[in-house]
Amino acid sequence: MARSKVVKKVAKIANVEPMLVRVKVAAEVDRTSDEVRHGANKSPHERVTVNKAYKMYVGGAFIRSESGRSFRVKGVKSTDPEVVNIPRGSRKDVRDAVLVAKNAQVSWSSRTPYNRGQILYRLAEMMESRRTELAMSLVREGQSQADASREVQVAIDICVYYAGICDKLSALLASHNPVAGPHFGFTLPESLGVVGVVAPRTPSLLGLVSSVVPVVSGGNSVVVVVTSVDPRTASIWTECLATSDLPGGVVNALYGQLTELLPTMAKHREVSGLSLWGDLGDLGIAAEADATESVKRVRRYAESDRALDRADGARGLGYVEPFLEYKTVWHPMGM
Amino acid sequence: MGKLSSKIEKKRDREKPAIVFGNQWDYAPAPEATDFFKLNKRYDLFIGGRWQKPRSKSYFTTISPSTEAVLAEVAEADDNDVDAAVLAARHAYNRYWSRLTPSDRSKYLFRIARALQEKARLFAVVESLDGGKPIKEARDVDIPLAIAHFFYHAGWADKLELAFHGRSVRPLGVAAQIIPWNFPLLMAAWKIAPALACGNTVVLKPAETTPLTALLLAELIEECDLPPGVVNIVTGAGKTGEALVNHPDVNKVAFTGSTGIGKRIQRAIAGTGKRLTLELGGKAANIVFADAPLDQAVEGIIGGIFFNQGHVCCAGSRLLVEESIAPVLMRKLRDRMATLRVGDPLDKNTDVGAINSQMQLDKIRELVAAGEKEGAERFSVSCTLPKKGFWFPPTVFTNVSLSSRIAREEIFGPVLSTLTFRTPDEAIEKANNTAYGLSAGVWTDKGSKIFHMASKLKAGVVWANTYNKFDPTSPFGGYKESGFGREGGRQGLSAYLEVV
Repeated sequence: MARSKVVKKVAKIANVEPMLVRVKVAAEVDRTSDEVRHGANKSPHERVTVNKAYKMYVGGAFIRSESGRSFRVKGVKSTDPEVVNIPRGSRKDVRDAVLVAKNAQVSWSSRTPYNRGQILYRLAEMMESRRTELAMSLVREGQSQADASREVQVAIDICVYYAGICDKLSALLASHNPVAGPHFGFTLPESLGVVGVVAPRTPSLLGLVSSVVPVVSGGNSVVVVVTSVDPRTASIWTECLATSDLPGGVVNALYGQLTELLPTMAKHREVSGLSLWGDLGDLGIAAEADATESVKRVRRYAESDRALDRADGARGLGYVEPFLEYKTVWHPMGM
Repeated sequence: MGKLSSKIEKKRDREKPAIVFGNQWDYAPAPEATDFFKLNKRYDLFIGGRWQKPRSKSYFTTISPSTEAVLAEVAEADDNDVDAAVLAARHAYNRYWSRLTPSDRSKYLFRIARALQEKARLFAVVESLDGGKPIKEARDVDIPLAIAHFFYHAGWADKLELAFHGRSVRPLGVAAQIIPWNFPLLMAAWKIAPALACGNTVVLKPAETTPLTALLLAELIEECDLPPGVVNIVTGAGKTGEALVNHPDVNKVAFTGSTGIGKRIQRAIAGTGKRLTLELGGKAANIVFADAPLDQAVEGIIGGIFFNQGHVCCAGSRLLVEESIAPVLMRKLRDRMATLRVGDPLDKNTDVGAINSQMQLDKIRELVAAGEKEGAERFSVSCTLPKKGFWFPPTVFTNVSLSSRIAREEIFGPVLSTLTFRTPDEAIEKANNTAYGLSAGVWTDKGSKIFHMASKLKAGVVWANTYNKFDPTSPFGGYKESGFGREGGRQGLSAYLEVV
């Protein structure tokens, strides 16, 4: 903003074409920031920082896109000089992620709910210890320090909530069925399988946590497409996942363009459910239509969903139950 | 199995020659009476509490599949008729049904249950006539279960908050419901009872080959004096169903039928925000372990595949037998099959009735021919089939390969495909190797094996040492391409509610 004002001013003074001037002024500005960055006034003891390569998280490993493509992301504040390359996921990345998610889901769902709960609690612990880093990342996206801290706290508390729900789902959702005959019958909730998630654009951390963690608590594995403008917060969160004892492949995070990634996910036969957050326009409708090929369970959540309220988030079975199956078992009774 | 034991087995086989059944023993006919009622010559549409002539001016006939005799003419609803029905349902929702106290809604449903009990025999006979199913099944299964569904859901109407742990609930509005021809009244009950209990109003379309009991139900609902438009019945075929599904003022679509149509419906309403539940096809594995009580298992296999001529989405149509007992089990199965009586559905001794339609018969024949062509061995019961009507003898295939069409596709007829396995893991692998996931059966004497198998099978209903059991308290519905949502039980309520 400030720069464009300068450009106009200079253009007025010089009475020349603004475009030409802009180039000149930009060069001028760069030179100044060059001097700042490369330490014209820096003490010689200040070190050169080690920049982080942000990667996607698939199968418990941090990977670049198989396509080798990337896109550039920058913090919203002009004082933030860092511009980074983020891997841009491809259709093949989606297929690879679904494959590892499929394999991981078998063992994840066969763990005891107690064990799943402990791992999700461990995730909360990992987030707690990275609170500052997560909040800093949100500030980099343009949030105030106070809002950023609040969002991180709520996101952690959401994890704690779902850590404790794993071994309550049966008590809350199962039933003994008093059938009219000499049979013993019961119905239990079971995991659905691989769930494809399109995370909301904002809030970037709480939205990601609220769209992924409840689904995982039910014993599913997830391939999530991160849609926030700056996926760096998501990337830091996947580092929490990686250190939380969550088996590799249970949560897989891809970055990139929805137009490319969502249709592949919606058509994939090994994906059993879709959780679509926010208004995705025609893309969302197309995904719902593609999902019919293998009769996927599709759940849409509005941008206004309570879960995306930065101040509180939302908790409840409504975020878990759509991604569960019910299995009914009958057995005769008698001597 | 060792050489010695197989020798003993062979000896036992020789000692017990198979009894000859088939037409050796004649049963005296025992037909159910049909003289105590008279069907209308022509049925109109039940819209807004009145019988309305179709705006389409078009009627079609419904026949008895066992005699091909015309039973009645039935209105064919077009887009305008469907529009009128949805409008009536919307009006009834706004004006009556949503204003009633839950307790009053409940009492209306109890009324329907009671009235159905009073007319149970009429419904059983018409069901058998119009659909071709044996009277003993209509009488002992379809109608009592339909009644039970109304009775069960009546009790839920004023307890919905309790069902969702204090979360608040609200009805969805107008439900469009499309049901198949295999259990016409029962499916109508599965759809209408929970929808009304949860405070919705409905437009129901019965299948074109079996519309009569739904129309009788409309008459009964009229007698029960439900507010006009709470239940609307529109008859017709696929086009009528399409109009209903695509109507913009419908909030919920519930469909029971084939996976192919189910996918089309899901696609048609993609992005509309309409709520959907689908109860689709199946290709259930019925798994028999060597330690199973074999005679019980044989009864279960017979009931699993020949109940209702195999026109059952959850039919145990893939028999998986542990290899060591396959010869014995198959012999017992063939012996038992030979005692099945195929014929007049209205005869109280009949076990297997008529195939529902010419179209279905053609489909069964096509798949059976494909099975023979693919090298499977066919055994069909030798029985004299009536000259008129649509019939297919109970049939079992052995030597079926997993890739064969008769092992993969839903035949929806009295045709069983048999495969063998050696280990529990192989049984699980084979059972789950299908796009369907509606139901499964497990036969074993070992409790731990039952629970292991039940947890590994990807199916919405698992019957252990039993098969084809249904109850309104027991949620029913599929995994994978067998659809989503449940019918029955507390879990079934969420199909008709917005849970906040």
